[in-house]
Amino acid sequence: MPLNHLAHLEAEAIHIMREVVAEAEKPVMLYSIGKDSSVMLHLAVKAFHPAKPPFPLLHVDTTWKFREMYEFRDRMAKELGLDLIVHVNGDGLKMNINPFVHGSTIHTDVMKTQALKQALDTYGFDAAFGGARRDEEKSRAKERIFSFRSSQHHWDPKNQRPELWRIYNCRKHPRETVRIFPLSNWTELDVWQYIHRERISVVPLYFAKERPVVTRNGALIMVDDDRMPLEAGEVPVMRRVRFRTLGCYPLTGAIESGADTLTGIIQEMLLTRTSERQGRVIDHDVTASMEKKKQEGYF
Amino acid sequence: MDAFSARRAEFAAADIEQYLRAQESKGLLRFITCGSVDDGKSTLIGRLLYEANVLFEDQLAALEADSKKVGTQGDGLDFALLLDGLSAEREQGITIDVAYRFFSTATRKFIVADTPGHEQYTRNMVTGASTADAAILLVDARKGVLTQTRRHAYLASLLGIRQVLLAVNKMDLVEYSQKTFVAIDDEFRAFARHIGLEHVSCIPVSALKGDNILALSDKTQWYHGPTVMGYLETVEVDRARVETAPFRLPVQWVSRPHADFRGFAGTVVSGTVRPGDRIRVQPSGRESRVARIVTYDGDLAEAVSGQSITLTLADEIDVSRGDVICAADAPTGVADQFDATVIWMSDHPMLPGRPYWLKLGTKTVTASLGHPKYRVNVNTLEHLAAKKLELNEIGVCNVAVDRPIAFDPYKENRDTGGFVLIDRLSNDTVGAGLLHFALRRSHNIHWQATDVNKQARSAQKRQKACLLWFTGLSGAGKSTIANLVERKLHGRGLHTYLLDGDNVRHGLNKDLGFTEEDRVENIRRVSEVARLMVDAGLIVLVSFISPFRSERRMARGLVDDGEFIEIFVDTPLAVAEERDPKGLYKKARRGELKNFTGLDSPYERPEHPEIRIDTTVNTPENAADLIIRTLEQRGAVDPV
Repeated sequence: MPLNHLAHLEAEAIHIMREVVAEAEKPVMLYSIGKDSSVMLHLAVKAFHPAKPPFPLLHVDTTWKFREMYEFRDRMAKELGLDLIVHVNGDGLKMNINPFVHGSTIHTDVMKTQALKQALDTYGFDAAFGGARRDEEKSRAKERIFSFRSSQHHWDPKNQRPELWRIYNCRKHPRETVRIFPLSNWTELDVWQYIHRERISVVPLYFAKERPVVTRNGALIMVDDDRMPLEAGEVPVMRRVRFRTLGCYPLTGAIESGADTLTGIIQEMLLTRTSERQGRVIDHDVTASMEKKKQEGYF
Repeated sequence: MDAFSARRAEFAAADIEQYLRAQESKGLLRFITCGSVDDGKSTLIGRLLYEANVLFEDQLAALEADSKKVGTQGDGLDFALLLDGLSAEREQGITIDVAYRFFSTATRKFIVADTPGHEQYTRNMVTGASTADAAILLVDARKGVLTQTRRHAYLASLLGIRQVLLAVNKMDLVEYSQKTFVAIDDEFRAFARHIGLEHVSCIPVSALKGDNILALSDKTQWYHGPTVMGYLETVEVDRARVETAPFRLPVQWVSRPHADFRGFAGTVVSGTVRPGDRIRVQPSGRESRVARIVTYDGDLAEAVSGQSITLTLADEIDVSRGDVICAADAPTGVADQFDATVIWMSDHPMLPGRPYWLKLGTKTVTASLGHPKYRVNVNTLEHLAAKKLELNEIGVCNVAVDRPIAFDPYKENRDTGGFVLIDRLSNDTVGAGLLHFALRRSHNIHWQATDVNKQARSAQKRQKACLLWFTGLSGAGKSTIANLVERKLHGRGLHTYLLDGDNVRHGLNKDLGFTEEDRVENIRRVSEVARLMVDAGLIVLVSFISPFRSERRMARGLVDDGEFIEIFVDTPLAVAEERDPKGLYKKARRGELKNFTGLDSPYERPEHPEIRIDTTVNTPENAADLIIRTLEQRGAVDPV
């Protein structure tokens, strides 16, 4: 009996992770606390069992994540007994970079893109796992599973290495790095089905609950802490909402939903008519914005 | 009710738990689509995605906006825009890379590798085809089977795709003519038979109008075969065949979490395995039994092809990354020389004799390729003579690796028979290859161990054998200095031999010219001769321009550590040209000599030579003394 599609995707991701560990000098797993990271982490535990995953987790923290994400992050690292490195761009902190004041483009560049480069340079990681999927966005669809970056962390979409069969060429020059996407061939639905099948814990924000929100530019923004400046006449109201993707709370739109169980989420997704990235404010900025950001070093 | 509403009703009513259980038994099909944008390939994929409801409202809205702005379909949706992801591609209206798409139906999940059609993208198609179970080739019904169709069919068959669907598109533009379709069908089947493709289907479609994509069209009532989606849902998956092949597990990683556990992690690429099975580890040939199949979810009673597992063995035998654990009664072959098809993927041509990294499964070794026996014209399938392979060219040649490796013929097992070639300087993947068979000489010629060895021969001469490699531009002063060094060493009673570039070209290498590939071969032969002389216990001096780093590195790899001493005779081009002792620069400048190093052929400076001689400040006499002093310091010769 041939493997079913989830078993196939699982085996492929495990194969990829083992190749990296066998060939890279100092790998790290980028852990963003979202559902894709949760799946990736679970796969890493499976890939190296009975050993522990032989690499630390790195959270590039913008300091603007939801509070429940921080709690979840610390709990997972403790439960699994893994090293968790939290990196914040200190220069950005000094400049008081704030998504409400500076907007998503500057915030993302300084606190995510630049911060990630800093962290990779500081710790000397030469290989970093990321949870990106090809179905998320058009330019991702053409990215390799092993994505090479120059010593300046730049991505050159025209100069990607062919990937044939199960063979991945991990060789690189000193100071070059590689980003590896073991979930490349997964879809959003695969991720949820796998979470369901494997009973993987995810941040409670994915489940519907009464939460205080305001409506801004058509998006439902949750008032997660008192750093959020309310505009004149804006009053947070309690609404039954949940999140399809998680990021910085000021930049992440909620959806109205009654789905408070895993099966409820999956059912809702099967019925939905919008893609998950719609909730992300950062993608709407410029056309081809993801491709541009990636060339500059964004994940 | 549109397709979406239908699905909506289905899911709203369905018991979601039951739905998820059904999902768990869904299989996976990977397929590739080949054809040009003109054939409507992107439209076909866009249509499949649209019909399978994987397009969301915001994506459709973006598509509508893009269609109006840059679309080619008037007011209609231009599905091609969904697929051409990179902005450069969108502007140029071409697909230049492999893009992967995903959709699923009630019975299968699909991964589509969308690859461009033109000949200059052969490498992209080969990449997509390497993991595909099936291929959809598109033709325009108005144009029929074209050169490009034949090329795609050939590449699909070469890469081992057994199931090929010819989608005869744009039937709406030929008034759904059965005659037109049958003529194309006949012609294609005849060609497919010729190249050995066994399972061929042809379907008349209009991707634009949706005919025979999801439902049989009433405009082609003369057609009674499956729809495109029907075909995709039922076509045989290659993994089913792989499962019945002999067991193979290339070892990725040795797991040693504590002293009591030693497991071998890897993916089962073919066959099945159970505890107690007798296995053999290749290339060493050691045998044992499987003790446990370890996974996070508990030990397994059986693992099948495609699964990533960790094996423990009953005996403590030496197994490392790159070894292949296989069924003891049907092991892989082991060899170090092969006949192989090579597909070249780099702008820099494949040069016979140059060393590359070869990665097969999880094993990386050094390889060199022989002269192509022939190159295949991918359009006519003719065999052509070739001295090297350029980007997108496909040829058959001998491949020699520096140690025996486990392998299967590619047609029996893609994972143990397919390899990539990696440039040793740029680290880029520059080629892919398919192993056919081991060369007989590989079986029959064994290294003969001799009792009198290099150490014994060197000791008798009271010296240490080594290889002094002089590199530099023509006219740099290599031969002059090498000659002086040899005289001085000889004067001390040491046993030496000087291999001079020009002299060797009078004999051993007189058949070689000055093209890049001939230069590589020139150095390969000289390196091998030098190696034999070092083995004879001599101090060997080689004075060769040797312009390429990779060949100097190859020469270094042929002798033992510390024996290779690279001497860079560093003379600026202007100075060498001014000296021009043999009048060669003048000739080259007049255009009478082609491929002259420094002028129209590159010289790659050594990055870390053991000795660098700046001839603008050193006389040859000085240089020779400096070299001998360095040899004394390194213990290669005794001080007087």
